[in-house]
Amino acid sequence: MSIFIDNDTTLIVQGITGRDGSFHTKQMMEYGTKVVGGVTPGKGGQKFEEKVPIFNTVADAVAATNANTSVIYVPPNYAADAILEAADAGVKFIVCITEGVPVLDMTRVYPFVKEKGARLLGPNCPGLITPGKSKVGIIPGRICTPGNVGVVSRSGTLTYEVVYQLTRAGIGQSTCVGIGGDPINGTNFIDCLAAFEKDPETKAVAMMGEIGGSDEQDAAEFVKNHMTKPVVGFIAGQTAPPGRRMGHAGAIISGHGATAADKIAAFEAAGMGVARRPIDFVELIQARLK
Amino acid sequence: MNIHEYQAKELLRKEGVPIPPGEVASTPEEVEKLAAQYGGTVVVKAQVHAGGRGKAGGVKLAKNPGEAKELGQKIIGMTIKDLPVQKVLVTPAADIASEAYVGIILDRVSKKPVFMVSPAGGIDIEEVAAKTPEKILKLPVDTRYGLQPYQANRLGYFLFDDPKKVKQAAKIMTQLYAAFMKNGCSLAEINPLVVTPAGDVVALDAKMVIDDNELDRHPEIAALRDESAEAPSEVDARNANLTFIKLDGDVGCVVNGAGLAMATMDLVKYYGGDPANFLDIGGSSNPEKVVNALRIITADPNVKAILFNIFGGITRTDDVANGIVTATKQNPLKVPIVIRLTGTNEEIAMKILQENGFSASSDMDEAVKKAVELAKGGQAA
Repeated sequence: MSIFIDNDTTLIVQGITGRDGSFHTKQMMEYGTKVVGGVTPGKGGQKFEEKVPIFNTVADAVAATNANTSVIYVPPNYAADAILEAADAGVKFIVCITEGVPVLDMTRVYPFVKEKGARLLGPNCPGLITPGKSKVGIIPGRICTPGNVGVVSRSGTLTYEVVYQLTRAGIGQSTCVGIGGDPINGTNFIDCLAAFEKDPETKAVAMMGEIGGSDEQDAAEFVKNHMTKPVVGFIAGQTAPPGRRMGHAGAIISGHGATAADKIAAFEAAGMGVARRPIDFVELIQARLK
Repeated sequence: MNIHEYQAKELLRKEGVPIPPGEVASTPEEVEKLAAQYGGTVVVKAQVHAGGRGKAGGVKLAKNPGEAKELGQKIIGMTIKDLPVQKVLVTPAADIASEAYVGIILDRVSKKPVFMVSPAGGIDIEEVAAKTPEKILKLPVDTRYGLQPYQANRLGYFLFDDPKKVKQAAKIMTQLYAAFMKNGCSLAEINPLVVTPAGDVVALDAKMVIDDNELDRHPEIAALRDESAEAPSEVDARNANLTFIKLDGDVGCVVNGAGLAMATMDLVKYYGGDPANFLDIGGSSNPEKVVNALRIITADPNVKAILFNIFGGITRTDDVANGIVTATKQNPLKVPIVIRLTGTNEEIAMKILQENGFSASSDMDEAVKKAVELAKGGQAA
């Protein structure tokens, strides 16, 4: 078991012939992900790496391959359209890697995806990986190892860091999910925590939040009220100055409860373990797996 | 991206929002001239990207052109929250019967633009929200349909009883929403929205924040950026496509990914050091980005050690290694450098670095500790 993706994941890649799309499609195929098609308008009929059929539209790709998942590597101004196209074609799980998508675009996209009964992960996220089974996105496969810790994070590279430290300490992962750093995203912490709670293979969860918004506080509340599995949390941005956007569009201290201290206090109040450094996850998780 | 009050007002005027006349001045003489042109009492308002301008003494009334010139001398050149005032807005003073607050924010929870309006205007809306939440109406808008007339009316009726004022207010809501959507805002605010003794509803102040992700498709908005209101190193970084925020410490940080960049700064602090900056070289990095990053960081005289922390995913670590080699060949480093990199193409990267005389580690804590020690002038372990 795992969450969101597994051996049954059949994937199409939107933007398969671009620099990032082609590089990471090769990596996903090497990892064993079932990449059944790609979409690049104007290149329909061609093949990627002589194996994967390319289509002009997502509708064509879904009709021909029956794909259930899509990953998007298109430029920011085309990302909203790509997500809408995937949802309209009946894709049930859509992962948008693209960074820099205008936030107002997402206000149109999110309700449409919801109405279509699909799940969106991202945008501005590294995707997800179920070690040993499937990876969708850009998380390096070699840093992961199968196991029973669920990982969820707002950041890409910080996720890699923690997963890498866990793997080095011999702690495997059930699924690692990057939910992305944008203020409006398709999947939030609670969605992932709820899925991990249901997943029999997951025994504990490592969660990495950051400054900005109050998603972490909501997650802490969820942990307190709805989770039987232990959750360890970390917040990035303790040294971030207020009012400045720290790279991620959503990482800005403004309004109530947006600071690292506020979020850490919420974790503690919910009885969660709190990692002060990424490396602290190792000990805290180990103690909770015993 | 923040824009100034006078720029926000210009964008709102384009949509038809009633706003009293006003012009921007950058010398006391210009202030005097504008005051004479308007006649009567004028307001001189500092144009800086900071709230609380009034409390800081950046907004003052002048009864005649002579007073206006004196105010110009005082306000132009003052600093408000570390930001230098280089321009002031001069506008005729308005008689005010009542003040209201109208704003739209992009709300993370409802995932929609949300109107916030309150008859308690002219003051800090966060304070109103905390103390008297019943005085605020929040109304989310589905951007697929836009602001509907009934919604604009509802907002108007929350502010006023008199149907004439409600009608004016509802029209302003529609115009504010249009400006918000058209210009790719993450915030648009009229505070205060006032009623004049004659019963006219007008906007006396305006604030807009533009979503940086919108600037590519709104070059006319991007052109409003006031680079003089920012640290020069941050302007330089943005032009090189880097996300950079200058801080006060001495450990220069070059990291890929915003979350890891923040975690790296936090770890520098954890081990007793102080980060000199936030710098995210982003994904899809090419060697050129690293060259620019090193140039910007080494230009800061406070920086006593440089710390690279790269975890390759979409970023290829060999690109970063090549960038370090190229940059240090162009400009040999005067401060020690600690390199930590792992992930995509790590073997190639390590080989490139070794061939060029650099040592690199794959452990984050080890690298951060070493950089903190070096910045303090100590010997690295």
